[in-house]
This record gives sequence, C-alpha cells and structure tokens, in this order.
Amino acid sequence: MSYIKPKFRHPRLPTNNLGYTIADYDGAISTLCAGCGHDSISASIRNACFKSSLHPHRIAKISGIGCSSKMPTYFLSRSHGFNSVHGRMPSVATGASLANRDLTYVGVSGDGDTASIGMGQFIHLMRRNVNMTYIVANNGCYGLTKGQDSATADLGSISKYGDVNGFDGIDLASLAILQGASFVARSFSGDKEQLEPLIRAAMAHNGFAFIDVVSPCVTFNNHNGSTKSYAETRDHLDAMPVDFVPMRDEIRTQYAEGTSQSVTLHDGSVIHLRKAVSGLATNDRQSALNTIKSNEDKARILTGLLFLDPDTQNLSTSLELATRPLNELGKDELCPGSKVLKSINEGLR
Amino acid sequence: MKPTNTADPEYFHRVVDCQFACPAHTPVPEYIRLIAQERYTDAYMVNWESNVFPGVLGRTCDRPCEPACRRGRVEEEPVAICRLKRVAADFKDDVSALMPKAGPKNGKKIALIGGGPASLTVARDLAPLGYEMHLFDAQAKGGGFMRSEIPSFRLPDSVLDEEVGYVLDMGITAHFNTYIDSLQSIIDKKYDAIFVGSGAPRGRDLPNVKGRNAGEKNIHVGLDWLSNVAFEHTKKIGKKVIVLGGGNTAMDCCRTSRRMGGEDVKVIVRSPFADMKASPWEKEDAIHEGIPIIDNHVPKEFVVEKGKLVGMTFDRVEAVYDADGNRELISTGEEPAFYPCDDVLVAIGQENAFPWIEKSTGVRFTSWGTPIINDDETFQSTRKNVFFGGDSAFGPANIITAVAHGHKAAVSIDMFCRGENPEVDRPDPRFTLVSQKMGIHEWSYDSIPIDDKREAVPLVDLEKALKSKTLEVELGFDVETAFVQAERCLNCDAQTVFTESTCIECDACTDICPTSCISFVENGSEEDLRARLLVPATNEEQDLYVSGNLPTGKVMVKDEDVCLHCGLCAERCPTAAWDMQKFFYTMAKATPDLLEAAE
Ligand SMILES: Cc1cc2nc3c(=O)[nH]c(=O)nc-3n(C[C@H](O)[C@H](O)[C@H](O)COP(=O)(O)OP(=O)(O)OC[C@H]3O[C@@H](n4cnc5c(N)ncnc54)[C@H](O)[C@@H]3O)c2cc1C
Ligand SMILES: Cc1ncc(C[n+]2csc(CCOP(=O)(O)OP(=O)(O)O)c2C)c(N)n1
Ligand code: SF4
Ligand code: SF4
Ligand code: SF4
Ligand SMILES: [Mg+2]
Repeated sequence: MSYIKPKFRHPRLPTNNLGYTIADYDGAISTLCAGCGHDSISASIRNACFKSSLHPHRIAKISGIGCSSKMPTYFLSRSHGFNSVHGRMPSVATGASLANRDLTYVGVSGDGDTASIGMGQFIHLMRRNVNMTYIVANNGCYGLTKGQDSATADLGSISKYGDVNGFDGIDLASLAILQGASFVARSFSGDKEQLEPLIRAAMAHNGFAFIDVVSPCVTFNNHNGSTKSYAETRDHLDAMPVDFVPMRDEIRTQYAEGTSQSVTLHDGSVIHLRKAVSGLATNDRQSALNTIKSNEDKARILTGLLFLDPDTQNLSTSLELATRPLNELGKDELCPGSKVLKSINEGLR
Repeated sequence: MKPTNTADPEYFHRVVDCQFACPAHTPVPEYIRLIAQERYTDAYMVNWESNVFPGVLGRTCDRPCEPACRRGRVEEEPVAICRLKRVAADFKDDVSALMPKAGPKNGKKIALIGGGPASLTVARDLAPLGYEMHLFDAQAKGGGFMRSEIPSFRLPDSVLDEEVGYVLDMGITAHFNTYIDSLQSIIDKKYDAIFVGSGAPRGRDLPNVKGRNAGEKNIHVGLDWLSNVAFEHTKKIGKKVIVLGGGNTAMDCCRTSRRMGGEDVKVIVRSPFADMKASPWEKEDAIHEGIPIIDNHVPKEFVVEKGKLVGMTFDRVEAVYDADGNRELISTGEEPAFYPCDDVLVAIGQENAFPWIEKSTGVRFTSWGTPIINDDETFQSTRKNVFFGGDSAFGPANIITAVAHGHKAAVSIDMFCRGENPEVDRPDPRFTLVSQKMGIHEWSYDSIPIDDKREAVPLVDLEKALKSKTLEVELGFDVETAFVQAERCLNCDAQTVFTESTCIECDACTDICPTSCISFVENGSEEDLRARLLVPATNEEQDLYVSGNLPTGKVMVKDEDVCLHCGLCAERCPTAAWDMQKFFYTMAKATPDLLEAAE
C-alpha cells in the first residue's frame, strides 16, 4: 500500500481566481477502503472549495468519529481542523463559529455519528441555525466498527452478515426540514456533477446547510440486498441537476434551456435548478416533505436541493454578537475598563 | 471515440516514450530497473540484445529517447537514460560466456561491405542462424566511424574493441585493410546476399571559397582529419585553429584540436547558435573546454600571405525567418570580420559516395546520391540481393539508427536467403504483458516516483583532459548516483490496463490520480473529448485510452500524457478494474531468441 502521493501534478493544471490549483486543496492520501464513497465526497469538497476560490486557510473542517469523520484528513491539508468525539462535532462547531464568525465551517459526519450517538447534538445545530455546512456521508452502517446497521439503514435492507433490518430508517433530510434547517439537500457520492455545486451553494449559504450524501461502504454495505450499494443507489436515483453560479460570474452566465427555477443567495450568488421533480417547491417545507415522502413510497431516492430559505438569520446574528471574530478584538474592546463597569452597575441600581 | 484496441501492441508501445523513440526500441525502463537492482550484467544484456553496443552508446548515443522521456514533461529534466546505459556497461561482470555463438552452418554466404555499426548488427543477428559472413573494411580495425571519427577521449578504444569483438567472435571472417573498389567483384564471388554498410564517407569542402587552393596545406576536411588523428597519421595542428561548421563533427574537430596543440581554437558557424546541428550537450562540452562559438559568420575568404594561410574573413549575417519558419541569412552590411589562424578544419557536413558501385550492377541511386531502396523496412536495393543500411542508406544519421537499420536488413536478408519476399509477412515485434501485482496493494516495481533531480556526469579535471587525446573526459556515474538516477525513471512500461466490465464507476481512480489523467465522461469525437477531460489533453502526440460504454453511459478516458505509472489508480480501485501490467516489447529480429529477456 502506498502511503505517499507523488508530488508531481499535471503541468497544465488550471488555476482559480486566487491563483491556486486544485492541488492546493489536496489532503493526505486516504486510508479508507479502496472505492469508498467517502473518498468521492472528499474530492467533491476539495473541488468545490477550488471552484469557489476559497482561501484554504479560511476554512475549518470539523468531524466526529467514524470512517466518514476521518475524511477531513484527506482534503484541504492547509485548512484548520478539529476531529472531535463521537457525535460531538456539533458542540465544537457551534463554539468555533461563535468565536470566529469569519471562517467557513465544513462539518463532516456519518450516519452513525449523526443519527445515533450524535442525534441530541445534531438537532440543536438546526434549532440554532449555526452558520456551517454539515455533510453526512450516509452508508447505512457503522463502517469503522465493521458494518453494523445504523439508524439510517432502510427497512428490509440485508446486512453483510445476512440479517434483515427490521426498523424504519431515519430520513435525515426530512428530519432537517422538519427541524427548521434553512438549507437541505440530498446527493450521491457517485454524482459529483450534482454534489459539487450543492456543496458550493451550501458554503455560500448564510446559515445551517445540511447535505445528506448516500455514500456506499464498499466493504460492508455494497452487496446484493443492501439498499445503499452503488448499483442499488444508481437504479433508484432521481437526480435533480443543480448549477451554482457565484455572484461575480452571475451577470455573464447564460442559462441552459429548461432551467426551471433560480434562487438567489444572500451574497448574490445563484442556484439554478435545471430540473425539479414536479410538485416540489424548494421554498416550502411542506411541499418538500411531501415530495420526499411520495418518492420514497415509490422506492425512488430524490437527490438535489430540497429546501432553501435564503433570507435566514444565523446564530451569530440572532445572538447579536460582535461583527468581528473574537481574536480580532483588542484588549480595550474585550475589557472596556472600570468606567464602563461602573456605568453598567449604575444602570442596574 | 471507439474503444482503444490494446490488443495491438503498438498502443502500449507508444506509451513507453523512450523505447518508442529509440530507433532500435531498446527496452529502457527494463534495463533501468535492473540497474537500480544492481543487476548490471542483466541490464547490459537487455541492452546488448537491442542495440549491440551498450558501452559505446552509453557514451556517444544521440539519445533521441531523452527528449521523448515522460519525466521531461512532469518536471524539468528527463531521466539520464544514455549515461545509465554506460553504468550497465561499466559495472557488469564478464559477459563473454553469455554471448550467443555462431549457429551450425546453413550453407549460405553473406558479404558485408564496411565494418561500422550497421554491418556489425547484421552480422550479429545472422550469425546464430549459421550464415557464413565475410566483412570487408578499408580500415585496420572494425567499428567504422565509431573508431575513425569519434575521438577516443569520448569513446575509449578498449570499449570499442570489446563490443566489436563480441560480434566478430561469432565466427565472422573479417578482411580489414581491404577497400572494395568494385561491387561487381563481390557479386562475382556468388554471395547469397550482400549488405552495404559503407557509411557516408565524404566530407563536404568549400572548393569555391577564395584562397582554398592557395591555402591547401593548412586547410583540412574535418572527417579526413579526424580519421588521420585516430589512426595517428596526423600528430599535431597549429596554435590558432578555426573550425568551420556547427554540427557534431565540428565539435569533435575543435575538441580534438585543443588536444593536438591548438591553443586558440574557435568554432565559426553560419547559422545562429540556437540553430546549430550539434546536440546541446556537445556544444556545452566544447564551451567547457574553452572554445568560443562564433555564430552568424559566413566564410568569405581564406587569406593567404606569402604562400601561407594567415586567417579567414567572414561576412556577418543575421537570420531572418518567414512565416513558415524558413530561414534566410541576410548580410548585416557590416565590414567583413577577419580572424587570424594557422589551420582551418572544414566540418560542414558529409555525404554518400559510391564510386565503387558500377551502374551495370543494377543498383540505382537517387539524385541525392543515396541508393533507391524499397522502403525503410526491407532495405532492399534495386538489385534484389543487395541491401543497404546505416548512413549508406539514407545519408548520415547516427549509431543507433545504423543498428536499427541493421536489425531490419538482417530480417530481410534472412527472408531473402530462405526464398521469401522480405516485403510481405515480415515477422511481428515480440511482446508480453504481465500483471505486476504482488499483494493487495503491492507492485513488483518501485511505483511511487522520487523527486530527485537529474545530475550531470562528473568530468575529469579540465587541465588533465586537454593534455591527452585518449583520456576519457566523462567519468561516468558511481553506483550510488546511478541508483538515484535510475529511480527517477517512471516505469512507463508498467501499463495501466483497464477492464471495463468490472468498473463500478466509484471515481476512486479519478480522485486519487496525482496528475489528473483519468476522466469519466460522455463519449464524443477525439477533439471534443480532449477538450472535456479534467485537464484538457492538449498534447496531441499522446494518445487517449478510451473504454467502451460503462453502466451509467459514460466512458473512461485516460490521457496518457503525464501518467506517472504510480499505480495509485489500481491501488484505489475496489474491483481491480485497473491493473499495472509490464509491457515488454522487442522489435523483430532475424534471431528473435538471441537471449531470453531478463525477468
Ligand atoms: C565526427 C563524427 C562524430 C560522430 N559522433 C557520433 C556520436 O557521438 N554518436 C553517434 O551516434 N553517431 C556519431 N556519428 C555518426 C556515426 O558515426 C555514424 O552515423 C555511424 O557510424 C554510421 O554507421 P554505418 O555502419 O552506417 O557506417 P560507418 O560507421 O560510417 O562505417 C562505414 C565503414 O565502411 C568502410 N567503407 C566504406 N566504403 C568502403 C569500401 N568501398 N570498401 C571497404 N570499406 C568501406 C569505412 O571505412 C567505414 O569503416 C559521428 C560521425 C562523425 C563523422
Ligand atoms: C463514544 C463512542 N461510542 C462508540 C464508539 C465506537 N464507534 C466508532 S465509529 C462508530 C460508528 C461510526 O459510524 P458512522 O458515523 O456511520 O461512520 P462510518 O464509519 O460508517 O463512515 C462507533 C459506534 C466510539 N468511538 N465512541
Ligand atoms: S469500511 Fe466502509 S465506510 Fe469505512 S472506509 Fe471502508 S468502505 Fe468506507
Ligand atoms: S498510474 Fe494511475 S494514478 Fe498513477 S498517474 Fe497513472 S493514471 Fe494516475
Ligand atoms: S476505481 Fe475502479 S471501479 Fe472505481 S471508477 Fe476507477 S476503475 Fe472503476
Ligand atoms: Mg456510516
């Protein structure tokens, strides 16, 4: 097994608006199983950051525990990172985003990390609308601990060991819509054309953005009888293509024919939905929930942007926090002195 | 695009850039790996089978492989392919016992005219088949221009003696000091076939430049002068020497002059420095020995005073290029320049000359003076039993080209002698394709390339070098440097072989590939596909490897251009749809089983 990735890159790699190449967004070589869907998601995050011309050092990656939570090592080596405790990534992310509201936060989690042990924390990210992108690499099992069924495993799905799952799986996207998340999407690790623009849109979104990504576990959940294998997922996929156009490109962009809907984000960038499933209105939680449910009843996996409220208020705004990160505030701002304390005390008498 | 037909060996052959560029198709990565494994003898024999003169070529080859080397496309400098060949020759054991022997006589007799690399290659390829071979050369020893023209400070006699010896020892009857002045006389001796490897022996002169006759005593044709030096008929030259010409012969003339008493030696050339025919390293070597190269000067007059050459005048010119890149040298209008000198060496080119081939033999020539030859596969002349090869066939080239011609001519001669038509059903090149997988993620070769830079070969002290005509200037790599230089090779013969039926389109290979070679896209025309890959494939000399349709309707397209052959795609593929397979290829030879390829 090679643990080193050669330093050589294609001599004609394109550069983005910052002059970086895609190689500037690379991470360490992956130690996940060959063919794991999680590696494709890592590549999509890397590609998204490159295409959106984000400075690597202005991004923070945070995760819990699991194969999926190992992913941040494998992209953006030049970014900040925090690999936290199982299911506890939300509290670290919340704290970090409050301390420094200027960084772009990418949380990476698994279906076990989110839907089992981390559920209690996950819910509060949405309630509070923490400004971050939260990606669940959803393989329907606990990959790292050898493939036990997770809480998102579908009813009737057969595990690698032959057991039929007797419980309904939690649909994290529906849960997020119901819980008030301001950006909710679903995608498939094997569909970078859709996943990349979704991640870019999620990062541009000014609030909590959730993406549930079906990500096959090649080792424990890619067999016949599994509902989250590459083959099964491809067979049941209903993909709604998405384009993301950053604000600076917006004016120059020509839209492909058949663009059915466009949503403008707070920063002026635009998401174009090239084809939405009939009946879906992405600005209406009820319609989104209904559409997901009716597709699920037909055994279809609907992927794409499911719900978006572009004018939402994130946690830093609703708490009326200082507009600058804590580390930029000087001593005088953080400790205004005894005079100010006195006047506050006066006000309380 | 249609799926790539990898069953055709020419596809993978083109991927091994160095081997493809080598006229004799030497399996370069194979011998370089053997050097890294300290298996110098094996590395030597792999070379010897393909190019017959590894020790000679490891010092003198024109190395068309190096500009082709893939490493030059991913970093600045190619692998030191040529000088690694010398390493194999320098550090090998005694190989005489490994050399094939002459086969039992088959009753057929061949004449070889000229004892240069072309004739010697024909001799080597045919000897094991039992041909009786008679080689004729005007010179006292074998080797042709390798002996008479290439100076021994670049190529020691001992190296040449050894490698010419391996061939002559295969039962070849050599007639040295024998100039053939009539082809008819050879034909009359009833040889079954005749191979003409007489080279391009005539050096160009400047008969029409004023003063050429008056200065005759001190004006020498470079080609003749070098061979007179080699055979010690000429022992010294004047203090001030002008060498005319910009090719490799000029470089050998000026460097030899420095060792024969020339103190102020200049190369003066018509063309701009950048357009000179000499290889860059030959120019560097001359400059390193304190020889200035004065460009854009056209010879005007040999200035002779009181019956003695005192210098030369030159018109100063400027190169002007038209839209098609054609060059014209236009006078700058300045005064002609005068350079004093004692001797002039004219090294402005060489041409074919066959005064000894009678018209009546039926061997016909083009208006350029080269023989009319069927094609560059058969080397058969207009007289069916006479074959040409090396510089005699198409004009001056180099040793490795002469060797390649020799292999092809030997195949033709053998077919002809067996009553077959050398134009049809020629033997195919031989190749094997074998998986290099050793374990789940383990390959038989060092798959991850190292970052080390190319190193120059160390040289002998300059002052010492200039004192001797025979002291070899280049010292060669030591084993430690050789190892690092060998490890720079990217193993381009470790082919990425794709099996579309097992691919599950997980993208792992695309994501891991360090040089963004692999794309999964909708099919299209070649032009369209080239534009739509992860990084557009703008190097059209390099092929696209295209699969058939995959389950999602896309195809796999790999741009071969800058693949590092690192095997990561195959390591990351969950279904082994990618495999790294060693492609071993050798060009067709009269004796295909000369040696079995080293494992
Ligand atoms: C100065 C100089 C330097 C060179 N340096 C290099 C170099 O560094 N690397 C490189 O690859 N190439 C070099 N070359 C070119 C290379 O030497 C030739 O391309 C190569 O030797 C050609 O091989 P050949 O077998 O065709 O003929 P040659 O090597 O030319 O051999 C022909 C032989 O035939 C003999 N001969 C000719 N006519 C007759 C006859 N009628 N009867 C009997 N014998 C005859 C000649 O005496 C000669 O020995 C150099 C050439 C010159 C002139
Ligand atoms: C507190 C705690 N409980 C249990 C574990 C064991 N554990 C490690 S990873 C994991 C499940 C990971 O599943 P998921 O988040 O889906 O990640 P995957 O490996 O499938 O990508 C569990 C239960 C742990 N590390 N810490
Ligand atoms: S066990 Fe499954 S989830 Fe973990 S790395 Fe392997 S394939 Fe991916
Ligand atoms: S061997 Fe595979 S991974 Fe390595 S450079 Fe070539 S295509 Fe890319
Ligand atoms: S890694 Fe293998 S299975 Fe996956 S896309 Fe590449 S070739 Fe296909
Ligand atoms: Mg999981």
